[in-house]
Amino acid sequence: MSHHLVVFDSVFFCYPDGTEAIKGVSFRITHGESVGIVGANGAGKSTLLMHMNGYLIPMKGSVIIGDLYLDKKTRQEIRKKVGVVFQNPDDQLFMPTVFDDVAFGPLNLGMSEEKVRERVDEVLKTVGCLSLKDKPPHHLSAGQKSAVAIASVIAMRPDILVMDEPASNLDPRSRRQLINLLREFEHTKVIASHDLDMILDVCKRCIVIKEGRVVADGPADRILSDRVQLEENNLELPLSLQRL
Amino acid sequence: MTFDKEYFNIGYLDRLSYRDTVIHRLDSRAKVIATTIFIITVISYPKYEVISLVPFFIFPVLLITLSDTPFKFVLKKILVVSPFAVFIGIFNPLFDTRTVTLAHNALISAGWISLLSIMMKFALTISAAILLVATTSFPGVCNALQRLGIPAPFTSQLFFLYRYIFVLMEEAMRIVRARDLRSFGNRGTGIKVFARLIGILLVRTFERAERIYEAMLSRGFGGNMPSMRQFRFTISDAVFVFLTMAFFFALRFYNITEMIGRLIQGITV
Ligand SMILES: Nc1ncnc2c1ncn2[C@@H]1O[C@H](COP(=O)(O)OP(=O)(O)O)[C@@H](O)[C@H]1O
Ligand SMILES: [Mg+2]
Repeated sequence: MSHHLVVFDSVFFCYPDGTEAIKGVSFRITHGESVGIVGANGAGKSTLLMHMNGYLIPMKGSVIIGDLYLDKKTRQEIRKKVGVVFQNPDDQLFMPTVFDDVAFGPLNLGMSEEKVRERVDEVLKTVGCLSLKDKPPHHLSAGQKSAVAIASVIAMRPDILVMDEPASNLDPRSRRQLINLLREFEHTKVIASHDLDMILDVCKRCIVIKEGRVVADGPADRILSDRVQLEENNLELPLSLQRL
Repeated sequence: MTFDKEYFNIGYLDRLSYRDTVIHRLDSRAKVIATTIFIITVISYPKYEVISLVPFFIFPVLLITLSDTPFKFVLKKILVVSPFAVFIGIFNPLFDTRTVTLAHNALISAGWISLLSIMMKFALTISAAILLVATTSFPGVCNALQRLGIPAPFTSQLFFLYRYIFVLMEEAMRIVRARDLRSFGNRGTGIKVFARLIGILLVRTFERAERIYEAMLSRGFGGNMPSMRQFRFTISDAVFVFLTMAFFFALRFYNITEMIGRLIQGITV
């Protein structure tokens, strides 16, 4: 199947202040793959992920999502397929209650009220936040905000799920729940994280980014056990591999 | 920090709107129409009108009672904005020094009367607006406006404005907190630092506003505010709109207070 394909071809991106954040990145992610993106702070992970739903458009090179070539015209369509959970949950929760926030996407997809209610309950249960339904999002703890932000995106049942450091605010139990949740999600997943254990648990493939370039791309267990390369990128061996 | 306290109360108005009372159940359009007509009627009164405005307080008081909104909350919000009203009208007593005769031959300058009139109009319109949001929720109001034919770009701008006020306050709070944690005594709290903080606040608010917009786009936002409560305009909504309109028009075009006054005089004389 080609419809859950993500292809980056020599993508180049430069911020208005002149920072060259992405300098020629190419990779191809096929249907159902789970890919971890790792790298030091400022390596360009977030910038890279922002290309996946057309928030940023490459200055050179091209991005193909499914069968669409990303440009200003197609990004509306692409957003229906790609669900992005951004780094800061505060930026994603904008409605007066958790319920409204999670319902926002499904309502925009034109689902009926009954269906929306069902869907919201279902995804809130999956992330363990059903009891927070009527709370205003700005009264939640950081971890709860992350969980609700994830719920609000999976409520749209995206074909491709993209997450930027999803576990950074979660307590161990919520983190474990998130990992289980992600393992169940069968579609294409792209996850940027410093949490290498999580990447190892969830992703089969791993891409290492350094200063806006891909420096390694391969099976997660091979890349994440390469101590030298990880340390060059300000990362450490996953805890689960350190014990060996 | 009172600032923090205010911040934790930000969502209160929104939370009120999730109650379930007669007023909450009305179609949001009905409430928007009634409130708009109320505000227009009140504003249309001439500069020196005071007595005729009094009966209009029935509307907010009735809404507060029926919708179970805490009276103190509405009063507090009115007090918060009242300085603006005072500011608008404060020079009237100075410039408008014609005297008018009240009952019992007491004299008063017309400026004071117009100030009082401004204050009353302010209290009436603000309380009506607060009650509209408190019983409908802000997204609900935006949605109602949209279904009343206001173009979507306008109503979604309105929604953003509301949402970004929260963002601005949140950012301000974070910056103030970070500053207070690192400034000991009075150092770092001077006007120079303050001016730079305002600059940072604007930049950060702008950037966050953009990220929020991005998050909305990625969840399928296409310019229309979706709404959950699929309202239908029922008979009770029509009755509500009709009754309130009839009430406002009666007050506006027949001098009811005077009629009641005369009636009472007729009885006592
Ligand atoms: N809005 C921006 N304007 C200018 N430079 C930016 C902006 N956002 C990020 N950068 C720069 O781009 C580079 C990549 O950042 P980012 O993608 O956020 O890294 P990561 O997510 O891997 O930590 C960094 O050097 C950062 O300073
Ligand atoms: Mg990042």
